[in-house]
Amino acid sequence: MELKKRKIDFAGFLSLGIVRLTFFFLVLILILLLGKIFIEGINVISLEFLFDEPRNNMTEGGIGPAIFGTVAVTLLMVLFAVPLGVFSAIYLNEYAKDTFFSRIIRTSINNLAGVPSIVFGLFGLGFFILFIGKNLDDVLQTGLLFGQPALLWASATLAVLVLPIVIVSTLEALNSVPKSHRDASYGLGATKWQTIKNVVLPQARPGILTGTILAISRGAGETAPILFLGAAFFLPNLPVADLCIGDYCIPMINPTEQFMYLAYHIFIMATQSANPTKTLPIQYGSTLVLIVLTFLLNITAIIFRYRFRKLLGRL
Amino acid sequence: MEEKEFFQKAADSKYAKKIGKHTRLKESLIKFFFAVNGTMALIFIVLIFVFLFKEGFKALDHIGLLDFLYLDRPDASGNIERVFQWYPTSEEPRYSLIPLLIGTFLTAFPATIISTLLGVGAGIYLSEVANPKFKEFLKPMIELFAGIPTVVLGFIMLVVGASFFNDLLNPANRLNAFVASIGLSFVIIPIIASLTEDALHSIPNDLRMASYGLGATKWQTISKVILPAAFSGVSASILLGFGRAIGETMIVLMCAGNAANLTSNIFLSVRTMTATIAAEMGEVSQGSDHYYSLFFIGIVLFTITFFLNLIAEIIINKMRKKNTF
Repeated sequence: MELKKRKIDFAGFLSLGIVRLTFFFLVLILILLLGKIFIEGINVISLEFLFDEPRNNMTEGGIGPAIFGTVAVTLLMVLFAVPLGVFSAIYLNEYAKDTFFSRIIRTSINNLAGVPSIVFGLFGLGFFILFIGKNLDDVLQTGLLFGQPALLWASATLAVLVLPIVIVSTLEALNSVPKSHRDASYGLGATKWQTIKNVVLPQARPGILTGTILAISRGAGETAPILFLGAAFFLPNLPVADLCIGDYCIPMINPTEQFMYLAYHIFIMATQSANPTKTLPIQYGSTLVLIVLTFLLNITAIIFRYRFRKLLGRL
Repeated sequence: MEEKEFFQKAADSKYAKKIGKHTRLKESLIKFFFAVNGTMALIFIVLIFVFLFKEGFKALDHIGLLDFLYLDRPDASGNIERVFQWYPTSEEPRYSLIPLLIGTFLTAFPATIISTLLGVGAGIYLSEVANPKFKEFLKPMIELFAGIPTVVLGFIMLVVGASFFNDLLNPANRLNAFVASIGLSFVIIPIIASLTEDALHSIPNDLRMASYGLGATKWQTISKVILPAAFSGVSASILLGFGRAIGETMIVLMCAGNAANLTSNIFLSVRTMTATIAAEMGEVSQGSDHYYSLFFIGIVLFTITFFLNLIAEIIINKMRKKNTF
């Protein structure tokens, strides 16, 4: 029997064409957007620009303090969020039974990821500064030290913001370790903790790292919650204090001070600077630095996840 | 042999390793440690709800619920005039949320429509049309697009996009709801695209093959079989995108013009709920009516996005159950 030849489907051909065009239109916009920032920003970038502090009412100089502040805040944020997130994910996946209660926790964690970031800012102000900070000041008799916007509270707030990201990706990583591996470990007489430590965690490590890196990149790019939590327009000094043990002093991040932040710096320069057109090159330069920073982090996360999936494919 | 008996025998045999008291204590201590961490994470989640609502509802002690909608005030000739204005710092403060709500939806709706058209298209391309090898490279690109900090998008819309649309459309205000919604759609398109791709990808291949077997073309298969089957997943992605558009702060703060206009004209400046909190929280005096009313806006924002996310999650969960053939 001869197969009936199909008529050429013009409408379908056109629709598929539109779908293709849509995608390449998006890629084009992405390239244009990044290309513009790259071309305008690359002229400004130099070692001086990266390490110097702003001069002459922000119209000259670099973004050194803003980069320092970003690194300091995200470092503290990771310190708060990652252990808490990973440990609670281990609890949820390995220890907690699948009860109504644990399902509620999972649902609220998923929902927390969708809460607007500015709401986290409100939470940081209400809880960390006005509740914990003010009470700490009262208890420790430190005057007004903790009860005001500061680096510590900004990173604590960002930590709560990225906590769901860390928990969800750790859960996913733990969940994808096959049950047979756990059973084999128990069969050899290992205890629960030995199984988690020696069998589950090593396999889940790339997945956990992916979540951590994504959290860092989210924190470094987030601006809204720190608007009123201690980010400063311009600070002459870095938020650093000497920590002295006897005669031996080492400079440490001072968590009770205000700080400059790269993302906030871009916002302020673009909207509230005295002379926005004059500082435009610096704005492009800062934006390029922020984009490169987040892209490097995101690309690392993507590579980690790719390797994690390949590892799972082999199992 | 009874199961219980078997395990008892196994435990009593000379091969069974007895777990010592010391090990058992260590194990339970470790479990306790993880449980404490899990509880702490939960406490933070609960605290966010509690603090937001505690501070926000204090606003209702001073400002009536009705005042958040409108204010009746007599004008010069003694007629009662009903005003919908957000003017919390004036002599006679007005706290109507209506202009802020309108501003929020006037930026979020167009952004969601634009993003749905482009994002679903891109999702279809990624899942059904693109060469699988090429896709390995394209999907991370979408993720990179999603990873661009919103302040960067706000910045580029402010310095490039606003001028471009100003020359093109000649709007009444240079910074307006339209410019902001274009900026917002940069944020939502990757979300809708990648979730649509997930939803389409989870449709079993048998359906595609059955459709081809009946002589359908590629586009007929996509439009008549795959898209209807994945409808719930795609609509959940649009809901999530809409929720993100409502909650996004930096882009609307930088590009929407920040004037609390009561308008349906997309080319006028508007002020969204998020931008109001962001712009005014820094300067407000703590404990004032204005301060609490900003927390009240936070409650409204939280509630809207919470329900959008919840509905989307329910839809996605249902779809997962349905698709496990």
